[in-house]
Amino acid sequence: MRVLRGLTWLELKLFLREPLTVLFALILPLMVLYVMGGVFGNQADAGMYRGVGAMDYYVPAYIALVTASVGLISLPTQLAGYRERGVLKRYRASSIPARVVLGSQVAVAVVISTVSAAILVLAALLAYDVASPRSILVVLAGFALVALCFSAIGVVLGAVVPSSRAAQALGVMLWFVMLMVGGAGPPPEVLSGAMGVVGELTPLRHAVRTMQDGWLGLDAGYSWAVVALITLACGLVAVRYFRWE
Amino acid sequence: MTAVIEVDHLVKRYADFTAVHDVSFTVEAGEIFGILGPNGSGKTTTVESLQGLRSIEGGSVSVLGFDPTTHAHEIRRRVGSQLQESALPDRIKVWEALQLFSSISDRGPSWRDVLRDWGLAEKKDARFGSLSGGQQQRLFVALSLVNDPQIVFLDEMTTGLDPASRRVAWDLIRRVQERGTTVVLVTHFMDEAETLCDRLVVVNQGAVVAGGTPGELIDRLGGGVRVRFTLDGEEPPWLATVPHVSSWTRDRNRYEVLGDGPVLAYVAAGLVEHGRVPADLRQERATLEDVFLKLTQGDGS
Repeated sequence: MRVLRGLTWLELKLFLREPLTVLFALILPLMVLYVMGGVFGNQADAGMYRGVGAMDYYVPAYIALVTASVGLISLPTQLAGYRERGVLKRYRASSIPARVVLGSQVAVAVVISTVSAAILVLAALLAYDVASPRSILVVLAGFALVALCFSAIGVVLGAVVPSSRAAQALGVMLWFVMLMVGGAGPPPEVLSGAMGVVGELTPLRHAVRTMQDGWLGLDAGYSWAVVALITLACGLVAVRYFRWE
Repeated sequence: MTAVIEVDHLVKRYADFTAVHDVSFTVEAGEIFGILGPNGSGKTTTVESLQGLRSIEGGSVSVLGFDPTTHAHEIRRRVGSQLQESALPDRIKVWEALQLFSSISDRGPSWRDVLRDWGLAEKKDARFGSLSGGQQQRLFVALSLVNDPQIVFLDEMTTGLDPASRRVAWDLIRRVQERGTTVVLVTHFMDEAETLCDRLVVVNQGAVVAGGTPGELIDRLGGGVRVRFTLDGEEPPWLATVPHVSSWTRDRNRYEVLGDGPVLAYVAAGLVEHGRVPADLRQERATLEDVFLKLTQGDGS
């Protein structure tokens, strides 16, 4: 536990020393909000956006989206880079357990996601007059689950891809596909048959519903269970298939 | 002396080739033990197997009484290592690395003491990526000692260092030994092995081809000792009876004596005893490098 705390704190400090990634984590939510807010406005449109205003629909969805960017892109790139450069080998020879290495990466990803999400929410409430969350407690619980879920997916990607370049390419691709069909870009109602099905298969779709659940007071149905299941499965796979070098 | 490492007919295969097929040696407590070999001979594979970082396909290995295939954790708690092809995050600071690695172990000196002892105090806040090669090696040695290990593995720590930094690294290694830690030194530098190692094995193509002290290896495999001197006047008939002399030849006033071990001292004493002090007297001794080349190039052909 002491080592996990130490390594997590250290990793956070290392993250803060990378100006570009910090900028990315801070700017991305604002950029997404600005561009999409400009495109869609906040008009309710019958048969669209699950029956609520566009911005009301998108803000909780974007929370899931920025969280996905940390889990799918930043985390695996970092972890694969550590493997590539021999940092993991160094840790292993010094008896730092795999669960501590992975745990610290997840903890850092959750912290970064939280800061990104907080910036997004603050900007949305101040500048776009979106609806306040119906239940803050459900939103927080949903966010915790979603952040853990994407971190767990990220750990799996980082555990199995060979290099940080590969991790980055794969992460960006997955993130982009999910953005397109997962319900955080074009509204799910406009996605045609096949794309709708693919969208339904992406973790982001369920993460978006999970976030909207508490925010808009909608019923996410089985999406909570899907997100929880993905988290659990990825956690197990990551620990099982983690490679030090 | 007690053995801290025992390796018996170690075999290590990778998917497509056998890296090690017959490596055996014993390391005694407190010595600097060298593992010498050309690149790709299986040195690194061997020391990584000792730390439980590699699976083993045959033979047996014991480190401090533990089997690395089943008790790697017990071993890693008690040894330190500087690994080849390992690194730290570029932006980690020297003191942060020391603090992290010392937090893993309950034993060992405080990281602040290690920082001072290894001359890293003024680099305390420097980032790993900004350190020179020599400074990085110094940090790695310091990191390998924060858990107060009984054995330290140093894998090619002077590769890529300039000559001055290498000398500094040698002093570091001697200091590690002086504090009572057994050192296993992997190297392909002969001068390094000859200077530092108490005993060593030469590994070639995955097998140990020779072992002993540097002096023993040179005596046994270096083709003996050659003593040359210049002496005017009549031939000394007693030369062949001097202990440790095996043969001698003469070219006008220049003599060349072949022998072994302390032959130089006996020849010199004989010359002085007979009142025939030569104009010059010198010994030409094979170096470990000669031995190494003989062992690793071809099959003695």
